[in-house]
Amino acid sequence: MSSPGPSPRVRVTSPRATRRRAPRRTPAAEIDQQSALGDVYINSLLRAQLRLAGLVLLALALLVGSLPLVVIAFPALNEVIVLGMPLPWVVLGFAVYPVLALLGWVYVRTAERNEQAFTDVVERS
Amino acid sequence: MSTPLAITAVVFVVVTTLAIGTWGLRFSRTTSDFFVASRTVRPALNASAIGGEYLSAASFLGVAGLVLAFGAEMLWYPVGWTAGYLVLLVLVAAPLRRSGAYTLPDFAETRLESRVVRRVSSLLVVAIGWLYLMPQFQGAGIALASVTGASTWVGGVLVATVVMVNVLTGGMRSVTFVQAFQYWLKLTALLVPVFFLLLVWAGDGAVSPADVGDAVVGNDWAAPLLPGDWEGLYTTYSLIIATFLGTMGLPHVVVRFYTNPDGRAARRTTLVVLVLLGMFYVLPPVYGALGRVYAPDLIASGQSDAVVLELPARMIAGLGGELLSALTTAGAFAAFLSTSSGLTIAVAGVVSQELTQRRLSGVAAFRAAAVVAVTVPLALALLTSGVGVARAVALAFAVAASTFCPLLVLGIWWRRLTDVGALAGLAVGGGLSGAAVANTLLGLDHGGWQAVLLAQPAAWTVPAAFLTMILVSLATPWRRPVGVRRFLVRLHTPEAVALDRG
Repeated sequence: MSSPGPSPRVRVTSPRATRRRAPRRTPAAEIDQQSALGDVYINSLLRAQLRLAGLVLLALALLVGSLPLVVIAFPALNEVIVLGMPLPWVVLGFAVYPVLALLGWVYVRTAERNEQAFTDVVERS
Repeated sequence: MSTPLAITAVVFVVVTTLAIGTWGLRFSRTTSDFFVASRTVRPALNASAIGGEYLSAASFLGVAGLVLAFGAEMLWYPVGWTAGYLVLLVLVAAPLRRSGAYTLPDFAETRLESRVVRRVSSLLVVAIGWLYLMPQFQGAGIALASVTGASTWVGGVLVATVVMVNVLTGGMRSVTFVQAFQYWLKLTALLVPVFFLLLVWAGDGAVSPADVGDAVVGNDWAAPLLPGDWEGLYTTYSLIIATFLGTMGLPHVVVRFYTNPDGRAARRTTLVVLVLLGMFYVLPPVYGALGRVYAPDLIASGQSDAVVLELPARMIAGLGGELLSALTTAGAFAAFLSTSSGLTIAVAGVVSQELTQRRLSGVAAFRAAAVVAVTVPLALALLTSGVGVARAVALAFAVAASTFCPLLVLGIWWRRLTDVGALAGLAVGGGLSGAAVANTLLGLDHGGWQAVLLAQPAAWTVPAAFLTMILVSLATPWRRPVGVRRFLVRLHTPEAVALDRG
């Protein structure tokens, strides 16, 4: 097996290496210049936060806002006595408050996570 | 009940309030200290202060009185006042702090770039503030009359005077400590007596308040709503809308948000407030329910708002009961003073901002505004009566929910809001709810559904305001503010990210 001998050395370059690179803008700069890409960053944050707010408000409506309808639909609930008082009293007087605090806690955690995700994306570069 | 003890309690609260206010003044050096405590108040302290300011005569006296007279439906008042903070938390807390505005008119002007919207917002702040101050003075009158037998105008004048002295000397500008102290005072004043009262009640055989015969209303005291009670259902839902959405539009609530270091702290503060309010609001209904057993005559004599003050002395004989009644009286006065001071400062701040550009210098304008801010609602309180403390406050919530709630929510989340749309929405919401309030205060009675709709207007005025704002904004797209994108970046991005916020 004969070898043709070492071929002449070839310089391998990217065809664009000699061109000046277009400056790569950071996400923060995109937002500052209100470009289409910057709007995408901001809108994704806004939409995530708005969806979260909507979910919490929906939970509030279902868990607490529905109570008058439940009571009017099932008057028998007033016959259930807990701690010496009818059940609707105990729910409205005591049980509602931990639920509200819990919803608030879930919201604060998730909203801070959404913001952290946004911060990570924008400051990544 | 023993007059000397109760008067001692009232004097103690007044003196302590003045003292802490003056002492706090020493720590206030800069303008920023005065207005927003240099934005360094930590969530726990700030939340106590917000709770102290928020728990008014309506919460301290009114809820128990309503529960005593009207029963379970009235539990929606405290639930709504607490849930209002949850709605505020998820929709406006952090963005409002990040907006960098001091007051609601500031926010409206920055967001919509319009002086006219600012003016209208200022007018609404004053109207809501007055509507909210009026029942505080009425409550003070009821409280002082109940414990000392003085005329009902004495208490209102006393509270108005103390608030005025405080605000005029500047002592109340360092309110954070005072308000925080007053939250814990109010909680203690209800919590300690409740243990003793429940012990007495258990010793008496623990008669269920639901089983006591009805003194005034029908057999439905124990049940929130009965089938077929459509008017009751409407009133309940209208109250839910007013309180859930109105909290964010109260002038003295909004001002407090700027004392937080950043948006994240604003959220955490609101969460702590939610817990503190829940802890407090468990207590007043207990007084109302026990009053059913031990003080049913208050309903017939129209003094149900005094049940918190009278119950301890009635249930426990001798010095013990008198001491406990003195304690609840002290808590009640803390409630009047803290809420009235917060509201007066918020109203006077907005009025003086409008006046300063005209003729008066800053301090003189603030003082003149404070005098106006107190005297007008005091006169209203002395002239009108009989609406009931908690109901009058609920009217203020209805106006706030019909005006500032749409302005804030759409301003923060919807970039297409225009100044024309905002003005139209404020006019419709404020006009409709204002007319309903005037109708209630004047005591006009139309009977039937018309009366029901006017007594609790939020269920129709809030949707009307939102719709008007949205439709008119869509019809005037050329009026969209130039800087709205930059402003939304400022509202919603964490402060840690380096961005151009305008």
